[in-house]
Amino acid sequence: MGVSAVAPGAPLLEVRDLEVRYRARSGAERRAVAGVSFELAAGESLGLVGESGSGKSSIARALLRLVHASGAARLAGSDLLRAEGAGLRALRAQLQIVFQDPQGALDPRMNVLQLVTEPLLEHRRAPRRERRDRALRMLERVGLGAELLARFPHELSGGQAQRVGLARALVLEPRLLVCDEPVAALDVSIKAQVANLLRDLQRELGLALLFIAHDLGTVRYLCDRIMVLYLGRVVETAPRDALYAAPRHPYTRALLAACPVPDPLRPPPEPLRMATPLPQVTTVGCAFRPRCPLAIERCAHEAPAPRVVGASIVACHRAAHAAQAPKD
Amino acid sequence: MRCATRSSRAPGTRVISVPQPLLRVRGLDVTLGATARTAAGGVRAVDGLDLELAERECLGVVGESGSGKTQLLLALLGLSPPGARVAGSVSYRGEELLGAPRARLQALRGRRIAIVFQEAQSALNPYLSIATQLTEGPRRHLGLGRRAARTRAAELLALVQVDEPLARLRQYPHELSGGMRQRVLLAMALCCDPEILLLDEPTTALDVSVQAQVLAVLREVRARTGVAMLFVTHDLGALASSADRVAVMYAGRLVEQASAPELYATPLHPYTAGLLRSLPLLDRPLPERLPSIPGQPPDLAALPPGCAFAPRCPLRHERCATRPALLALEDRAGARALACHYDGPAAARAGAWA
Repeated sequence: MGVSAVAPGAPLLEVRDLEVRYRARSGAERRAVAGVSFELAAGESLGLVGESGSGKSSIARALLRLVHASGAARLAGSDLLRAEGAGLRALRAQLQIVFQDPQGALDPRMNVLQLVTEPLLEHRRAPRRERRDRALRMLERVGLGAELLARFPHELSGGQAQRVGLARALVLEPRLLVCDEPVAALDVSIKAQVANLLRDLQRELGLALLFIAHDLGTVRYLCDRIMVLYLGRVVETAPRDALYAAPRHPYTRALLAACPVPDPLRPPPEPLRMATPLPQVTTVGCAFRPRCPLAIERCAHEAPAPRVVGASIVACHRAAHAAQAPKD
Repeated sequence: MRCATRSSRAPGTRVISVPQPLLRVRGLDVTLGATARTAAGGVRAVDGLDLELAERECLGVVGESGSGKTQLLLALLGLSPPGARVAGSVSYRGEELLGAPRARLQALRGRRIAIVFQEAQSALNPYLSIATQLTEGPRRHLGLGRRAARTRAAELLALVQVDEPLARLRQYPHELSGGMRQRVLLAMALCCDPEILLLDEPTTALDVSVQAQVLAVLREVRARTGVAMLFVTHDLGALASSADRVAVMYAGRLVEQASAPELYATPLHPYTAGLLRSLPLLDRPLPERLPSIPGQPPDLAALPPGCAFAPRCPLRHERCATRPALLALEDRAGARALACHYDGPAAARAGAWA
C-alpha cells in the first residue's frame, strides 16, 4: 500500500492553502474555498461549521478528490491532491465518508449485507468468506441486528440507513472519517443515538474525524476542536470549550446567538444581519464586514490575518472587542 | 400541577375546549393504502386526533417521522392522497369540511386556510416567475386585476422582509436562496389574507442563521396580521419562540398538549420529556453521553396493541398494553391534556429518563 507510516507527532492530515473554484453556468467564477489550512492529528475530531456557502462541504469533496482543488493536502504523508491510480485507491481506503442523506447514499438494489461487503470487494480486501465475517462484525458493531441483513435501503428507517452508511465506511478500517452532516436528516430522538455511536466508534477505533455540520449542539458533543468557516475562509479555530465559552469572531458569536433555545421564556434566536452573500473570487478587506456589527474602516481595506486571541486563532481586526462585548 | 385522578374526571371529557375555535378537529382518522398493505385496513397515519385552534393563536404540533403530522395538514385542506380514507370531523367556524363539495374547499383553500409546504425548492414552480406565482391567489380569490395583484405581491414580499421586492418579482425560484424561497412561499400563503396559516416544517433544512430569520419573520407576520398558525415541526427548539400551545404527536396520536411554557418546563409524557432532553443544548454542561430515546420510530404497519410509545418508554407497565385516552388535566392554564397510563408519583415521572 502506498501509505507511509506517520512519524509520531506528525499530523494525520495536513491541508495547506486549499482552494476550490466553481464556474457558474453564467461563466462567473466563485471561490468556494479560499485558501484554507489546517491539521488533524490521528484520533482527533475536528468540527467544520458555517452556513451554506461557507465551503465546508467543498473541503470534504476536495479531500475525497470529488472536485478539483489547488493547494496541498497530505494524508499520512502522501499527497492527496495529486495521487493517481493505485496510489489514490490506497489513499481512499484510508479516508472514508458518511453522507447527509443516508437513504440516497445507498444503492437501492443492494441489501444491507451486500452494501457492507461491497467496499471490501472493491478494495480486494480479504477472501470471500472473510469478507462476509468482517461485514457481519461491523454491522453488529454499529448496532444492526442479523434480521436486517436481507433488507433493502427503502425498508430501513433513517437511523438504520445511517448506521449502514457508517458500517460501509468503517469496514475498510480507515484512519480518517469525513462526516458531511451525518445526523442532520435524522429524527431528534435518533440523532443522539447515532451521535453517541459515532463517538464510541471514533474512540474505539482511534479514528480521526472531520465532522461537518451546521448544528452547533452536536458539534460541541463530538468535536475536540472547531473551525468556523465563512465564505470559504477560516475565521476562527478554537478548542471546543473555548469556542462555546468565549467565541472571539463576531461571526461565531452570531452563529451561537442564532441557535434556538428550547425555552419559550427566553428571548428568541437572533437572526444575523442580511443574507449570506455568494462567495466572490476576490474580496477586499474582511468578507464578513457587510454583516458585522463591529466593523470599522480598517475592515474595508485590509483582510484580517489569523492571530492568537486567548485559546482561539481568529481572523478579525476587532476580536478583542468581540470578546468584551456583552454576549446577549 | 398534578394529573387528574381517574375519579375526579367528568365522564366523557377528553380535551378542554378553547373558546370560539377557528378550527376544530374531532376524532380525525386518516388511513392510507387500505387496499395495498393489508386487507384489514391499511396504515392509520392519523388516529383519533382532537385539536382546536383559536383565533390569533399559534399552535405548535410536534412530531417525528411517522407521527402523522403531514397527513394531518393534508387532511385539514382536503388534500389527502388518493386512496386515503379520512373519517371524523374538521370544522372551520362551525362548518364541516370533511366531505364538503370540492368547489367549497377550493374557495377556502388559499383564501381562508393557507399552507406553507416543507420543501421550498419543490413547492415553487421553476418555470414561473415569482410575480406569476404570487399573483395567482389574489387574482383568483380576491378578483384583483394584474396590476393590483402585483402591488399586493410586492407588499407581501416586504412584509416577509424580502429586500427589493419589485426586483424579486421578476426573478425565478432558482435565483433565490433557500431562506428567500421560504419567505416567498410564506408571502404566497399570506397573499389572500387567510385566517389560518398551516406551516409544515418551515425551518427544517435551513441554516441556523436563516432559521432565526424565518422565525423572526413569522413573529412579525403574526403581530401585523393576527393570522392563526398551526406550526408543524419536529424541532422543539425552533418552536419554543413561536407557539402559544404545543400538541405532541406520536404514531398518529396526540400524546400531550399544554401551553408552551408548561410543556417545556414540565413535560409530562415520557416521549415529550425524551425529545426535550435529546436536544443538544449549548448552555448546559457537556454530558458524557447525549441523552437519546432508545429504539426506532414507530412502524405504523406494526404498532403494539396499547400505547404506541410503550416499547421505547422507561415508565411502561402492564396497563400500557391497553391504549391510553387523552385526558384533560386539572391545571391552572386549563389547556393541558395527556395520554399516559402512568399514575405513580410526579417525581418518578420527572425522573423517568434519569
